[in-house]
Amino acid sequence: MKPLLELKDISTFIGPFHILQGVSLEVSPGEAVVILGRNGAGKTTTLRSIAGLQPPSGGAITLDGINLMGMPPYKAVKQGIGYVPEDYGIFDLLTVEENLLIAMWKDDKETLARKEKVLDLFPALKESYKRPAATLSGGQRQMLSIGRALVNENKVILIDEPSKGLAPIIVEKVRDALLKLKDETTIILVEQNFDMACSVGDRFYIINEGRTVLNGPIQELYDDEELQRKYLGVVTA
Amino acid sequence: MNILAMLLINGLAEGALIFLMAAGLSIILGLLGVVNFTHGTLFIWGGYVSIWVFSLFGNFFIALAAAIIAGFLMGLVFERLFVRQVYGNVTAQILITLGLMTIFTDMVRLLWGPNPIPADRPEFMDGTWIAGGVIISQYRVFLIVVGILVAIGINYLINRTRIGMIMRAGTQSPDMVQAMGINIKVYFSGVFAGGAALAALGGALYVPLVGSVWSGMGIHNQILAFIVVILGGMGSFYGSAVGSIIIGLTVALVSWFYPPLTVYSTVLLLILVLSLKPEGLFGTAVRS
Repeated sequence: MKPLLELKDISTFIGPFHILQGVSLEVSPGEAVVILGRNGAGKTTTLRSIAGLQPPSGGAITLDGINLMGMPPYKAVKQGIGYVPEDYGIFDLLTVEENLLIAMWKDDKETLARKEKVLDLFPALKESYKRPAATLSGGQRQMLSIGRALVNENKVILIDEPSKGLAPIIVEKVRDALLKLKDETTIILVEQNFDMACSVGDRFYIINEGRTVLNGPIQELYDDEELQRKYLGVVTA
Repeated sequence: MNILAMLLINGLAEGALIFLMAAGLSIILGLLGVVNFTHGTLFIWGGYVSIWVFSLFGNFFIALAAAIIAGFLMGLVFERLFVRQVYGNVTAQILITLGLMTIFTDMVRLLWGPNPIPADRPEFMDGTWIAGGVIISQYRVFLIVVGILVAIGINYLINRTRIGMIMRAGTQSPDMVQAMGINIKVYFSGVFAGGAALAALGGALYVPLVGSVWSGMGIHNQILAFIVVILGGMGSFYGSAVGSIIIGLTVALVSWFYPPLTVYSTVLLLILVLSLKPEGLFGTAVRS
C-alpha cells in the first residue's frame, strides 16, 4: 500500500543543535504508529518537523503525495495534519468554544458536525463550553487539544505524549478516546507510557539519538524485553 | 467645583489622546512582543499629514482619514521591512525602531521645514459650551467621544471577532496559532499597522488641540504612552485604557494646581503603582 505519510532521512536543527540526523518512517492510511525512544531522542522534534513548526534542513516529507518540505506550518497543517502537542497547546485566554472555533478551517455543515461529534466524544468539554480554557483540569485540556485536531478533515493526527502528567484514571480515559479515534483516522503517537503505546499502536518506530533505528509490529516489541531494555529502558519485574 | 469639572474634561480629553497612542503600543507589545519606538514618529506624521491634507481639501475628516491611512501604510512598511526581521530580539527591536524614529522624524523637517506650522481647529468644533457655569471646549468633548468610540471598537474587535480571537491566542503562542492553519504573520502585520494608524490618528487630533504641529511633539506623547503601557500592565488593552484616563487626569490636575510638578507627577505615579503592583494595574505577574 502506498504510504500516506513518508519521511525520508530528515535532518532538523534547533539552533546549533543537530537534533534529527536521519529520521525515516512510513505511515499507511488508517494505521496507528507509535514513536518511542528515550528522553531527548528527537520524538517531539519529529512531530514538530512534520507539522512544519521545526522545519527540517534536509530529507523529504510527503503527505498523500504532497511535498511538505519548505512549507510554512500554517500551510503544512492545512494539507491534513492535526497536531496535539505535549503541553496541550491550549489557549488559556480563550474559552473552550473559542479554542475549538479557532482550529476550524471552515464553518460549513461538515465541520460543525465534526465539532458536535467532538463534544459528544468528550462530554466534559460540553459542560465547560463557555468557560475560559485556563480553568480546565489537565485531563480536560488534553481532551480539548485532541478535540481541536478532530474538527477538521485531517488525514493524520500527530499526538505528543498524551498521558504525560495525567492521573492514572485520566490516562485510562485518554486511552479510550485514542482507541475510538484509531478507528476513524491515521495516528502518529509519541508516548513514554509503554503500556499505552502498546494498546493503541499497530506499529512502532524507535528513535535513538536523532535516528530511526528500528521499526516493526508493536507486538514484536511487546514480546522482546531485550529490545525494550536496550532502547527504552523498560525494566520488567 | 467648576474648575474641577473643567479639569475633569481636560483630563479625559488628554487621556483619550494618550489612549490612542498607548492602545496600539500595548497591543503591539502584547501580541508581537515588540518594544516600538516608532510610535512617536507616527504620531508626528499623523499631525503633519492631516495639516497638509486639510490645506488641500479643507475638510477635517478627510484630513483625519489621510492621517490614518498614512499611519497604517507606514506601519505596514516598518513591520514588513524592519521589525519582522527582529522578532524575539528586544535589543535589536529597540535599536531598529529608535533608528526609524530618528530618520522619519528628521524627514518631516526635510519635507515641511523645521518651524512649527500653525493649525486651526475645525470651525464646527471651535466653540465652547457653558453648562452650570462650567466652560466646556467642544473639541475636547469631541476627543473624549473619539477615545470612547475607539475603545469600544477595539474591545469589540478583540472580544467579539475571529480576528480578535486569533490575536488573543497569538499573545500566548504564535506557534500554536500557526499549527491551527493560520498565517499569524498576516495578523502581526495588521496589528502593527493598526497600532501605527491609531498613533497617527492621535497626532492628527492632537494638532488642532495645541494649535500647531512641530517635529518634537512626538517624544513627549510617546513617553506618556510608555508610562501608560507600563502602568496599566504591559500588553493589556484594558490596562492601557484605564492607565490613559489616570495619566490624563493626573496631568490635568497637577498642571493646574502645581505646574512645575507636571512632568514628574506621571513618573512618580508610575513608581507608586509599580512599587505596590510590579506587574502594573492589569498585567499578569509572569510572562514568558
